[in-house]
Amino acid sequence: MTSPSPVQSHPASPVCQTVALIRRFGRRRAVAGVDLSIGAGECLALFGPNGAGKTTLLRLLAGLLRPTSGEVRLLGKALKSDAAAERGRVGLISHQSMLYDVLTVSENVAFAARLHGVIDVDGATRAAISRLGLQGRELTPVRALSRGWQQRVSIARAIVHGPALVLLDEPYTGLDVAGARALTELLLALRNDGAALALVTHAVDEGLALATHAAIMLDGQIRRHESTVGVDGARYADEYRRLALESAA
Amino acid sequence: MSGLKPPGTLSVALLIARKDLAIEYRTRSAFFASLVFSLLGVSIFYMVWDPTAVRPIDIAPGVLWTIFAFAGMLGLHRAFGLELQTRAMDGLLLAPVAREAIFLGKALSNLVYVSAVLAITIPAVVIFYNLEFGSGLLILGGIGVLAAIGLVTVGTLFSSMTVHTRFAELLLPMLALPFFIPVVVPAAQASAKLLVGADLATVMPWVQVLVAFDLMFGVACVLAFPFTIED
Repeated sequence: MTSPSPVQSHPASPVCQTVALIRRFGRRRAVAGVDLSIGAGECLALFGPNGAGKTTLLRLLAGLLRPTSGEVRLLGKALKSDAAAERGRVGLISHQSMLYDVLTVSENVAFAARLHGVIDVDGATRAAISRLGLQGRELTPVRALSRGWQQRVSIARAIVHGPALVLLDEPYTGLDVAGARALTELLLALRNDGAALALVTHAVDEGLALATHAAIMLDGQIRRHESTVGVDGARYADEYRRLALESAA
Repeated sequence: MSGLKPPGTLSVALLIARKDLAIEYRTRSAFFASLVFSLLGVSIFYMVWDPTAVRPIDIAPGVLWTIFAFAGMLGLHRAFGLELQTRAMDGLLLAPVAREAIFLGKALSNLVYVSAVLAITIPAVVIFYNLEFGSGLLILGGIGVLAAIGLVTVGTLFSSMTVHTRFAELLLPMLALPFFIPVVVPAAQASAKLLVGADLATVMPWVQVLVAFDLMFGVACVLAFPFTIED
């Protein structure tokens, strides 16, 4: 196990990199000096208790929040509020569906494709729908779907433009066993296709199964950050619980 | 992966407007609320009006544009409200498009919605007060479009500013209504002149006020919008 230092597996051209990233809300530092780097085909699983700053970090990586100080770099370019092209290379899957309930599955996915400037909108929409096993539900309004199916649509919406960086905030929430398995397979396929993934989750087993690197975030800081090669899931989970309890105390 | 070609500002604005109008067409919530409000408003003003004390051409313009301002207000909150329910706004903000395109799309859908309400309210006022606009009705329509542009420009900006607040539906009218005065006053003054048979040249000063307001606040609101959505 290693000390909290940035993972440098792709130091030459990481897809996503943060440098001394800090975000304050008033006097509270939600993210307190985070340095990390995620390369193409890598997946970083980020574990941490509620309030640790994980979601804030994901929103900073997506460019939805401005850092108080420090920098997020995406594909080598600083992610600023006017960096529209860089923002477009991100796919975000949140525990909120980010869908329009009244629109159909197909309309939601196609809207995201058009918004990102996908040239073959119909083809990309069909491919994303098929990848998530949503065939036969294309014309169903999203509000008529269960939470698990809505989550699949939400994922299809997030990947329809082939993002270079996929950010996942508790993506397994609301999914049944089949949905969770389909999601894991999809994320592995995205990784193999060269996408960089950052996954925030409480589920240590699911996170480690997918991740090439794991980090534990407490009080806005990365406390551990290491490769998952050779990591024992049970021991890692125990260590995570111990650190979380220490932090809470 | 499909090829990508970042869309232009106008095409994104049209895309967002079309999506908002499709949602409104399927739910019809805001449009019917505004329509019922405006027709009820016209009816109430008509019932409390004493035709022996005030001539219809004196009261009708004020009734029309006051109701227009309040009925339009009812739907403006919806523009960004529907983006918040599932945080769909994040999806818009992640797109590789200028923030201004989002504002233009929202303003465009609001303009269609407010114009539709106005298209029904004007005939209702004409019928209730037995007005004779003659050829001035066409000019009144043009004034309506200019007034609607002014109202939705300011209203859309304030909608984005207030949507995250706890009392958004209360705060929006408090902030926006003072800015509607420079829209309602010239529109009402021009309408009053048209009712007594004035031609376009006579009402032109009021039309110029509306055009100036639309241009000035149009540019200001487009420039200010990105700052209202920064977290």
